[in-house]
Amino acid sequence: MLTLIIVFGVLLVLGILYFIFRIGNLVSLVKGKEEDEVSSWNSVNAYLFLFFMIGGLVAFFWYSYATFDGYNLPVASEHGEVTDYLWWITMAVVIVAFTIIFIVMFWFTFTYRYEKGKKAAYFVDDHKLEIAWTVVPAIVLALLIFSGLRAWSDITGEASKDAVVIEVVAQQFLWTARYPGKDNLLGHHNYKMIDASNELGLDLASENSWDDFKSLELHLPKGKEVKLMIRAKDVLHSVFLPHFRVKMDAVPGMHTTFKFIPTKSTADMRSETGNPNFNYEMACTEICGRGHFSMRFPVFVHDSLEDYEKWLKSQDSWLKQNPDYLKQVPAEKREAAIVKAGIPTDSKEAIQQAPAVTLN
Amino acid sequence: MATIDIHPQTSTHHHDDHAHEHEHHHGNFWTNYVFSEDHKVIAKQFLITGMAWALIGGILSVLFRLQLGFPDADLSWLKPILGGWLTPEGKIDPEFYLALVTMHGTIMVFFVLTAGLSGTFSNFLIPLQIGARDMASGFMNMLSYWFFFVSSVIMFTSLFISTGPASGGWVIYPPLSALPQAMQGSGLGMTLWLVAMAIFIASSLLGSINYITTVINMRTQGMSFTRLPLTIWAFFFTAIIGVLSFPVLFAAALLLIFDRSFGTSFYLSDIYIGGEALPNQGGSPILFQHLFWFLGHPEVYIVLLPALGITSEIIATNSRKPIFGYKAMVGSMLFIAILSFVVWAHHMFVTGMNPFLGSIFTLLTLIIAVPSAVKIFNYVTTLWKGNIRFTAAMLFSIGLVSFFLTGGITGIFLGNSAIDIQLHDTYFVVAHFHLVMGSASFFGMVAGVYHWFPKMFGRMMDEKLGYIHFWLTFIGVYLVFFPMHYIGIAGFPRRYYSWTNFETFSGFADLNMLVSAAAILTLSAQFIFLFNFIYSVFRGKAASANPWNSTTLEWTTPRNPGHGNWPGEIPTVYRWPYDYSKPGAKEDFIPQHIPYSETPESNLPHENELIKLELNNGSIDVEKNKH
Repeated sequence: MLTLIIVFGVLLVLGILYFIFRIGNLVSLVKGKEEDEVSSWNSVNAYLFLFFMIGGLVAFFWYSYATFDGYNLPVASEHGEVTDYLWWITMAVVIVAFTIIFIVMFWFTFTYRYEKGKKAAYFVDDHKLEIAWTVVPAIVLALLIFSGLRAWSDITGEASKDAVVIEVVAQQFLWTARYPGKDNLLGHHNYKMIDASNELGLDLASENSWDDFKSLELHLPKGKEVKLMIRAKDVLHSVFLPHFRVKMDAVPGMHTTFKFIPTKSTADMRSETGNPNFNYEMACTEICGRGHFSMRFPVFVHDSLEDYEKWLKSQDSWLKQNPDYLKQVPAEKREAAIVKAGIPTDSKEAIQQAPAVTLN
Repeated sequence: MATIDIHPQTSTHHHDDHAHEHEHHHGNFWTNYVFSEDHKVIAKQFLITGMAWALIGGILSVLFRLQLGFPDADLSWLKPILGGWLTPEGKIDPEFYLALVTMHGTIMVFFVLTAGLSGTFSNFLIPLQIGARDMASGFMNMLSYWFFFVSSVIMFTSLFISTGPASGGWVIYPPLSALPQAMQGSGLGMTLWLVAMAIFIASSLLGSINYITTVINMRTQGMSFTRLPLTIWAFFFTAIIGVLSFPVLFAAALLLIFDRSFGTSFYLSDIYIGGEALPNQGGSPILFQHLFWFLGHPEVYIVLLPALGITSEIIATNSRKPIFGYKAMVGSMLFIAILSFVVWAHHMFVTGMNPFLGSIFTLLTLIIAVPSAVKIFNYVTTLWKGNIRFTAAMLFSIGLVSFFLTGGITGIFLGNSAIDIQLHDTYFVVAHFHLVMGSASFFGMVAGVYHWFPKMFGRMMDEKLGYIHFWLTFIGVYLVFFPMHYIGIAGFPRRYYSWTNFETFSGFADLNMLVSAAAILTLSAQFIFLFNFIYSVFRGKAASANPWNSTTLEWTTPRNPGHGNWPGEIPTVYRWPYDYSKPGAKEDFIPQHIPYSETPESNLPHENELIKLELNNGSIDVEKNKH
């Protein structure tokens, strides 16, 4: 099929080239006769501009209307409602301005086409006009800016204290989420402690890390503020949650954050879109290498906080899954770590007797 | 007056001899066509190199559009060209895909629209339009081209090395670009990219310094700043922006070279890659982004302003009207040039930069929309009540204004940080900058070629081929970039090899196919131009000295201006460059070198008073002395 298209394309190019060559020759033959300053092609071009203007606008409005559901992503976060509203306000302003200028410009192009003997107006400047079209856009823009800035400062402001904190860690080419466990606090991490099992570089000397657990799916509660703590292990990545209107780069060497409140659970969205297989997704939007396009991270929004907490309880802490790493916990704190990580007591003793390992 | 060639009080005979000597100063082939110091030859060198790059950049874009529009296609037939960059199934390798987008961006932004556009038209038009024999330093000008050439050779070579060219995006954000472990292209390909760009920056600076000096010092008698054509104003501001911002890119590249090769940590911190933790700590990738965009944003205007200047000239000439609001046009360019330095961080709203900075940059960014809007209104008003001749150059200029409007207006969404959260790094951005910066500037460049071709080569390009070229390209460009807005609003991220991994981005296969088909059509149409160009250089209809009935000084030179541009004395300038369709005048244009004393029928009251001043003016004194 494609070969056909390509062959057709090549033929088209060659045909065009041949066509050109013929025209070139013919033109040079007729050249002697044609001494008119402006040929009849002038009007052809003027009419083509007129058709372009009408055709272009019709296509634009028709397509925008007819395929609205195709490009309009349903919104599922509180601030997303705000930015979408701003988006539509801006869109309204822009469409009005665009349509007017577009029509006027091509209308002038068409209607003031060359006519023999006509003389153009000597219209050098008009200060009132110029001031008007400087001031009006300035005012409109100022209004847009200020509504935008208010939203921006709300979105980027501090998260509330009881927000659910989740760490999102990016690496080539996958995402991992880390949840803080029962103590609701994320433990420290250190990139030098990363190894094949300790992918997130948990620093087990930090008490808060003992009950942290990692997840290969992002679980969120509906109606509760979520604060994402974002970092990257290797190169830049970017968290993009299209339905939540969330985007923030993941930067090696620092934490970035984004807070938002999911307003629709996965189940809500399935019924809203009428798609029983609907799933939220997270994507990477900062070029990060070969697998950039494949960094999909499944996202699930629970119907209620209770449901979400039930899921939290069902997860085993990382330390419980990797009890060998108790060795990295200072000997005097191991007992506490075992309890906090929820490690079954029968394996306790073996581990306690292991020699302490300190990291350089 | 600093032009060495005007000595009104000395004997005109002596002067003529001098110019005569200039014209018949024959060098050999090497000094005339290769290592020439003549600004017109250098301009043509830039133009032809730029066109070659445009072709390469365009072909690269069609290659990756094949992948995006026809993801299931078997491209094995490209094996002879792409070799190992095709997977066994006949698809483009994902890493090579990134190399393609990276090199497409680099080539188009720097090699085509900076060097190809500014290099060609600043060089060609500055001396001709201000009335100078050549650039302030012909030697530096020559160096500027040859640095560019060397840079081109290095960049071109990088396309053929086994690990592939740089592939971390044209913005080369570290750590991706700093770590060869992160992707193949960050190895030798990135090294060559950095070396090529360092040389490119040297070329650009040599050129810009020359442009600035020439405009300030070498204007002919009577050519005050307020009588400069808008093209010259545009080139002048462009050169200033270039001189101030390119060194910052150089610094950014230099620090990146240190990080890559000498173990420093300017941009690197806390990295675990390829199974090991790197020792670098304390650097910040955000620092690189600040440095990069401190050039990167002004770069947009380095690319765009010359195109706008060219368009101003062409629209005025072909509407047979003065450009509307000359002062406002200059003022808005100045304002844009200044503001271009304080908006760079709008590329970084969601990179982890302090959100307060985001607010400041939103504010400054949207302010820049005001002078841009003024420019559009002024263009449209220039068309009003004109007597428009649709030359190929005029068609492309109108196309430019249309792209500037369509692409510029979406900047209002992107500049607003709250709205940008969703749109950042999606196809909406791709659509925005390809229209407002890429296509608009490209159209300015093409318009310039059509318009000044008669002065460059002494022959006319074929107008009808120009019309076909325009309509295919104009509609093609809209079909390529307009649909991308929808794809972007739907959230499709840019630089994606394929979207099929995501349910959210599973739609729009049809639109992507349309875009790719239109891209092929647009590229094909460029061959019409190429054919027209080459054919017309050798066999085009002979041009008259002033084929467009234009007012500016370059059209007072002979059909094929020799070295030194004017065989006799450089004309003196008496009026502004836009006396088109002046009431009372016999013709619908009065060139800049016609004194008011010769046009009493069309003079405005205040211009009649200028006649007295003209009488005190050098060249007329000479006339009187001779009698």
